[in-house]
Amino acid sequence: MTVNGWLQILVFCAVLIAIAPLLGGYMAKVYTGRRVFLTRVVALPERLLYRAMGVDPKREQDWKSYAKSLIIFSLAGWLILYLVLRTQSIQPWNNYGGVAFHAAPWNVTFNTTSSFLTNTNWQYYGGETTLTYFSQMVGLTVQNFASAAVGIVVAIALIRGIANRTSSNIGNFYSDMVRTILYVLLPLAFISALVLMSQGVIDNLSHYVSVHGISGIAQTIAMGPVAGQEAIKELGTNGGGFFNVNSAHPFENPNGFTNFYEMLLVLAIPAGLVFTYGKMVGSRRQALAVFATMFVLFFAAVTVAYAAEAHGSPAQHAAGLHTQVVADSTGGNLEGKEQRFGIAGSALFDVVTTVTSCGAVNSSIESFTGLGGAVPFANLSASEVIFGGVGTGLYSILLYVLLAVFLGGLMVGRTPEYLGKKIEAREIKLVALGLLITPLTALFSTALATASAAGRASISTVAAGGPQGFSETFYAYLSQANNNGSAFAGYTGFIQPAAGNAGSHGVTFADLLGGFTALFARYAPILFALAVAGALAGKRVSPVGLGTMRTDNATFVVLLIGVIILVGALTFFPALLLGPVVQALTGHLYH
Amino acid sequence: MRRDLLIAFRSIVVITILFGLGYPLLVTGVGQVIFPGKADGSLIKRDGKVVGSALIGQQFYENVIGKNGKVQMSKGEPVTQPDPRYFQTRPSGTVPADNAAGSSFANYGPNSTVTLAALQSNIAGYLALNTAPDKRLYDPHVTSAAGVPVDAADTSASGIDPDISVANATIQAYRVAAVRHLSLVTVDRLVAQYTTARSLGLLGEPGVDVLELNLALDRTGKGSH
Repeated sequence: MTVNGWLQILVFCAVLIAIAPLLGGYMAKVYTGRRVFLTRVVALPERLLYRAMGVDPKREQDWKSYAKSLIIFSLAGWLILYLVLRTQSIQPWNNYGGVAFHAAPWNVTFNTTSSFLTNTNWQYYGGETTLTYFSQMVGLTVQNFASAAVGIVVAIALIRGIANRTSSNIGNFYSDMVRTILYVLLPLAFISALVLMSQGVIDNLSHYVSVHGISGIAQTIAMGPVAGQEAIKELGTNGGGFFNVNSAHPFENPNGFTNFYEMLLVLAIPAGLVFTYGKMVGSRRQALAVFATMFVLFFAAVTVAYAAEAHGSPAQHAAGLHTQVVADSTGGNLEGKEQRFGIAGSALFDVVTTVTSCGAVNSSIESFTGLGGAVPFANLSASEVIFGGVGTGLYSILLYVLLAVFLGGLMVGRTPEYLGKKIEAREIKLVALGLLITPLTALFSTALATASAAGRASISTVAAGGPQGFSETFYAYLSQANNNGSAFAGYTGFIQPAAGNAGSHGVTFADLLGGFTALFARYAPILFALAVAGALAGKRVSPVGLGTMRTDNATFVVLLIGVIILVGALTFFPALLLGPVVQALTGHLYH
Repeated sequence: MRRDLLIAFRSIVVITILFGLGYPLLVTGVGQVIFPGKADGSLIKRDGKVVGSALIGQQFYENVIGKNGKVQMSKGEPVTQPDPRYFQTRPSGTVPADNAAGSSFANYGPNSTVTLAALQSNIAGYLALNTAPDKRLYDPHVTSAAGVPVDAADTSASGIDPDISVANATIQAYRVAAVRHLSLVTVDRLVAQYTTARSLGLLGEPGVDVLELNLALDRTGKGSH
């Protein structure tokens, strides 16, 4: 570890803490229908959009109606995306990759479609070798916006459920979604695309460039409309790369500044929404308690990951490499990492992308050390509540908050209340189900995949001897269940002999299991979160008394952290022991 | 239900047109106007011909000449080896190496014997490259694996990492200077010139852009083709 490395991490934290309340306050205004500086520009397009969509934005919906709109909209999005991806052979820009692109097989396309709909963006597809510019733009970019917006509006609906005192309605789905895109996602993405391009992120519609290098060796350089998608990919915590190696590719992430900026984009909305929540329920302290919980867990994860990666891997030490930092060399485990990011920039990015449900990567997680690789496992095991995905992080941690209030209430022997609303049997049942679905889905799918030959066929044959093969499998389903999308990328679901998909085939078992895992673990918790919103909306608020348990002080933060770790640990400890922990503890090399 | 479906499909079509075509094409258009070179991939030309991108690593290899004076062939392809006159990029996990149209991770696990073998092979290659034909070390300090900077042994993430560490470049400078009959001072000065500092003096790690450095070496007129 170096002073500079820590400085980068601390500056990042400081900037994040500075911008989160600003963005959060702005979003609170957007979702309570107040005027913001963009209103003048956006109001007219917003009205036109409602008319084109046939939507009445004033129609308030109860939770069932809201959920119905959300599910049907997602279903329509799924069909359109699948159609786009499967018609590559007749699309424009089809031969810009040097060969005519065919569609990827049905099973891989099922996986890709399901994962983009659910904000997972798992990459069995290979970016520049699999998808046309048209698919990237009209297919993936659209869902980068839409799936991010869907996540955010669920969080907003849950906030309204907690805050509403008179009505059991929780807003209008289409209005919330359109406002999310027009007021938040689009302006930030557009400006960010310009910032990224100024640093060297490409954006063009050129053919792939074929060159002869200076020693005469032929090289083809993939091109494409990258910057626009890169910006929304990070901002919407989507994470599906334009290129196969995602944000490790120099055209997606060319230097230390873009690396910093992209990490900030990933965390901006998840961190900001916490303060949106504070504004909308009228308690800044409540927001600070949630933010503190997230930040403590985040910082712990960064510390462990950075220390582990700076220490180096058993394979490096066995090869006789010196992994200490020496002058002009990063030292540490630089396997699967880029020189320009070094150890600190890679470890921090890794934590940022796995605490949120982003899943973009700037280094190979498979090549992280046992302990360094255990950090993303732990982040995912906490069900993406450490900031989490856009919207998903907030609604998931609010479910944890309700659980902590319930447990705290039992301990002090009072009826549990949150912000004056009684938490009763119905709510706590919904909360428990909503919180347990994702981990159970992850474990169930992992069990299926490890217990069957069809599942084990996906394990990498290259470098995954011993526990690593189990880690790959477990991570694949943990990641897809949490809608993250980062991978121990040796795990295969797509065999592609050449660019353009000619002769390629998917691994049906892995593709379908992954796709269904993502879909189920996305929409079931959304329904439970909305049901909780519906149950809380319109509940009478009881006045704060002497015996009311405080939920905005340090004691509660400790309780909340304890509950999150306890649930995650009880669910995942046995499985974690079999994979990353074994590698971290033994330092043994496996065939 | 029918009304819901109608709204959903109308919405997704409208959103697709606006954010799947409008937004990306607007970004592309603006980028092409404001940042033409960068948005097109920071391509580098020599004598009017594009030779690569400043952001993309490439192979600096030469054909192996057999004892009979002919290019050695294997399976119809010429056998190649690192060209000692050029600085070499980091090990790559793509097929073939430095494939900029098919980026991929190597995915070497931390506790794998396969990883160990790959590291040992990279280290051996690096030491051999920096040893003169008369068995003398170009850089007298680098005698074993312990002296090899991690970036020279570890595979990069993208497989097309354009940079190497300054430590790595400093070691290779001895070889390049000797083979090209340049003074070490000259080569070190070029290394310093093509070293990219941390962004804003803080973010990321310094790196030496190998393609730009090699182009500058060729411009010295010593030892180029």
